[in-house]
Amino acid sequence: MSKIFKDATSSLEGILFDGMTIMAGGFGLCGIPENLISALKDSGIQKITAISNNAGVDDFGLGLLLQTRQIKKMISSYVGENKEFERQFLAEELELEFNPQGTLAERIRAGGAGIPGFYTKTGVGTLVADGKEHKEFEGETYILETGLKADVSLVKAWKGDAEGNLVYRKTARNFNPMMATAGKITVAEVEELVDIGELDPDQIHTPGIYVQRVIVSKDLEKRIEQLTTRTKKEGK
Amino acid sequence: MSWTREDMAKRAAQELVDGYYVNLGIGIPTLVANFIPDGVDVTLQSENGMLGMGPFPYEGEADPDLINAGKQTITELRRTSYFSSADSFAMIRGGHIDLSILGAMQVSEEGDLANWMIPGKMVKGMGGAMDLVAGVKKVVVIMDHNARDGSAKFLKKCTLPLTGVKVVDMIISDIGVFEIGENGPILIELAPDITINDVKKRTEANFKIDKQLLPL
Repeated sequence: MSKIFKDATSSLEGILFDGMTIMAGGFGLCGIPENLISALKDSGIQKITAISNNAGVDDFGLGLLLQTRQIKKMISSYVGENKEFERQFLAEELELEFNPQGTLAERIRAGGAGIPGFYTKTGVGTLVADGKEHKEFEGETYILETGLKADVSLVKAWKGDAEGNLVYRKTARNFNPMMATAGKITVAEVEELVDIGELDPDQIHTPGIYVQRVIVSKDLEKRIEQLTTRTKKEGK
Repeated sequence: MSWTREDMAKRAAQELVDGYYVNLGIGIPTLVANFIPDGVDVTLQSENGMLGMGPFPYEGEADPDLINAGKQTITELRRTSYFSSADSFAMIRGGHIDLSILGAMQVSEEGDLANWMIPGKMVKGMGGAMDLVAGVKKVVVIMDHNARDGSAKFLKKCTLPLTGVKVVDMIISDIGVFEIGENGPILIELAPDITINDVKKRTEANFKIDKQLLPL
């Protein structure tokens, strides 16, 4: 059975529904599944719970789905780059659950690995610990955090094959590998589809078992949030 | 005369030790990378999944797949490795990072830190700050000694929601340096022309004064 779909729209057919939970990979705008987010927006589904480290910017990334009010709740660690998010949150039109970034990453990893919960010292003594089980290990206090799963995970990779094997590039990897494991169905958007056997088996980041559907990115924008450079003169 | 942003970054760079793995926060802490002392080799970690962070790219050479935790374009070094966010925070939470330098809105005399939320105003989120202060071996705060309205930021107790409890080991402000240890804070350095009395007036927290700063 081929995992390759002809485009983003067809790759989401039959798996979307109102009120579903969706994970979307990326850190800021780096390593986000651009084509899949657009197709998700066009699908028109409502009341999405979105799990993503950030919320994109106003007119790109998950910000697109905030503008159309398709997102009911966000689970994120930092949303400072999105003004529409701020507006909707202050108007109480949007639910928000902040997770420390490492806790969010580990909750997703745990969810995909069949681990329902884990103890961490991150957030002990803060608002994050409210209502959570506390437990001492070797004299230090930890809190219980639960694993996270999604109905559908949308991830972005650099290279992939028809088996769903994925390789990421540089810091565009970020949350994508864990999210690929935590989706009941994972759809991967790859920049380059390669023949089976072309990826070095020792270098595969996400083994194909985690990936059900694959598409090739079209017209990637890869927008840069903060372009910072130096001139050759001052360079060391 | 109080210290400038660069002065504070330069002072923080003196805390770097050869061989350290270091995470620098957004803002003034990022400047610390410009003042790494000669003969000191440190590896910078970026919590979005990179060890061995290089300088900003030359114009025209920025790569959208290569950014730091502040979403700025950067470069890699020969020693660089990349990994997932889960691996990155395993590194942080697991105590493998030697030093974290970050900003603060408030610090208490017990070393509690508040730097992520002002109730009633927008909350942007804590990002990786809670994980960093919980897991990194040494935490250094760089901050202005007082808020814009002149109120103290180094307090007996923080009034803002906390990022971590008893986590700060050192404060570098624009008027002095404090170490926070088992026996509470000690003022160990003063900016030029700043007196102990100046610091007392502008600080709510109780602190001791290092012998070197006292008149003989």
